[in-house]
Amino acid sequence: MASEIDETNRRDFLMIATGAFAAVGGAAALWPMIDQMNPDASALSLASVEVDLSPIEEGQAITVVWRGKPVFIRNRSKQEIDEAMATKVEDLPDPEARNAAISDDAPASDVNRTKKGKENWLVLVGICTHLGCIPKGQRIGDSKGEFGGWFCPCHGSHYDTSGRIRKGPAPRNLDVPPYEFISDSKIKIG
Amino acid sequence: MSHESTYKPNSNFEKWMDERLPIIRMSAEISSFPTPRNLNYLWTFGGILTFCLVVQIVTGIILAMHYTPHVDYAFDSVQHIKRNVNFGWLLQGIHMVGGSMFFLAVFVHMFRGLYYGSYKAPREILWILGVVLLLLMMATAFMGYVLPWGQMSFWAATVITNLFSAIPLIGESIVQWLWGGFSVDNPTLNRFYALHFLLPFMIFGVVVLHIWALHVTGNNNPIGIDVKGKQDTLAFHPLYTLKDGFALAVFAILFAWFVFYAPDYLGHPDNYIQANPLQTPPHIVPEWYFLPFYAILRAIPSKLLGVIAMVSSILVLFILPWLDTSRVRSAKFRPLYRIFFWIFVVTCLGLGYLGAKPPEGNYLIFARLFTAYYFIHFLIVIPMLGLIERPKPTPNSISESVLGKSKGGGGQPDAVPAAPENR
Ligand code: HEM
Ligand code: FES
Repeated sequence: MASEIDETNRRDFLMIATGAFAAVGGAAALWPMIDQMNPDASALSLASVEVDLSPIEEGQAITVVWRGKPVFIRNRSKQEIDEAMATKVEDLPDPEARNAAISDDAPASDVNRTKKGKENWLVLVGICTHLGCIPKGQRIGDSKGEFGGWFCPCHGSHYDTSGRIRKGPAPRNLDVPPYEFISDSKIKIG
Repeated sequence: MSHESTYKPNSNFEKWMDERLPIIRMSAEISSFPTPRNLNYLWTFGGILTFCLVVQIVTGIILAMHYTPHVDYAFDSVQHIKRNVNFGWLLQGIHMVGGSMFFLAVFVHMFRGLYYGSYKAPREILWILGVVLLLLMMATAFMGYVLPWGQMSFWAATVITNLFSAIPLIGESIVQWLWGGFSVDNPTLNRFYALHFLLPFMIFGVVVLHIWALHVTGNNNPIGIDVKGKQDTLAFHPLYTLKDGFALAVFAILFAWFVFYAPDYLGHPDNYIQANPLQTPPHIVPEWYFLPFYAILRAIPSKLLGVIAMVSSILVLFILPWLDTSRVRSAKFRPLYRIFFWIFVVTCLGLGYLGAKPPEGNYLIFARLFTAYYFIHFLIVIPMLGLIERPKPTPNSISESVLGKSKGGGGQPDAVPAAPENR
């Protein structure tokens, strides 16, 4: 009888070990099938872009493409900067800076979303943080929303002159992509 | 199966087959399947849906022979099908209108289930498989809409895939995984094409399970009481094959009217502009059959909660069989439920109307009210009604309700066995 129990135990062990082996093998076989859908190295390595800012007059904006995404570059007027500076961080739905260049928990003050000494230049990923539409406000005559920045017509999100969400369903401020000034009037994004 | 087999192999060949692959027996059983004798035309929509599925698969495979899944060629290849390919205008038109007809039929089919309580015991699994079919249909229709690579295709794909970014922490990675890049682009188009080709066959498989489940429990019927004996049923063939066939012919007239006279009526003109990733159209509207769900999404001023509400509006159907506390199935005998059923229909139509309007002012207020009521209906009204409602008395049997209590006389000489068995 004792030997019978022993035998059952050994068999149980073998069953479980085999099952576990098959499960791990199955999972390992599954991973390539899942990961193939992720962006590959050729998509990740898409070169950075350089943009000459000199033709952009005060109050004007241009849109460039970086990694297949639109990037908004606006040369803000004095009034737009003042409005952005005057807004208190406590009043913002999203208090985080969302700037690739600084830490995640930095407050969303206007200085944290621009480069020092270049406060007139606002560079943003032009994709609404709600569901990915491209907000209006780049072209002359576009609606800029209730806060003078951008307005997303898809579900009604209003962004201010610092690209911060103020009203509507979007949860986050527009992202500031990684970029640097490589000369006084030229930036490199990415 | 719920009825004994009446099939007897006649020829030697049938006998030989019956012992190897009893497929003749199976068809015979399907055609003699005992079906309640009182089914009305709302029961023909299951057959109509099966027809729609076959039409989509056949026309879809033909379209696939001419379509090119690449961001630079997709738009032109669809125009090429419409303008140059022999009969392309017809086949593409049928496939495009067919999607809408499919949803029209499925909505009627579902409201039929809601009205007659077809989701209640013992048909819970049948109903749940139905909800799975609805989800698969939605996924298929959404991915198919992306393929012509027009402005609405592109922006619908962007907005809908971005719904996943509402998931905390891993949302962004999931979206990039779906896209295969940093925006909707060629990899996205390619995988959507592959999946759009695959999903209808998965739907087909689930339909087989759906009908299998139907054949285990048998059909519900307009008065919602159980079949009690042979006198309550008729063989599926020829009565119901003909009834289904007639309804299908009428449905096909509507279908053909759209295909020949208004193929684009149900679509959106912006989809005849090639996709432009740098410009969002002023109004993004999904296809009409998604409008109620879109209205729910936009009614809620928070991204995550909006997505949760939209998804829940369908998931709630999965638990409906357990939310309903009333034992009486058919709304015919439920005076209160009947009223709330129609209020619910109006709610769904209202949401559909609002889904096409901009989310502001009064539109937004009504969208919120209707959204709230949508959930109140399922989570409060339905459970409560079963407790407070006093149902009307139900007939003793289906045959009694069809043929009259004291013997239908007249044109029914085929002796309906009298009462004793009916209990
Ligand atoms: C691809 C889509 C579908 C197909 C092809 C399909 C097909 C059918 C067929 C052939 C029947 C039997 C005939 C009839 O009662 O009309 C049936 C019954 C039924 N279906 Fe579906 N169906 C689909 C989707 C759905 C959905 C989305 C639901 C609900 C969520 C659903 C719920 C039911 C129920 C409850 C029955 C039994 C009705 C009764 O006997 O009273 N079906 N289906
Ligand atoms: S995508 Fe911008 S508000 Fe919804």
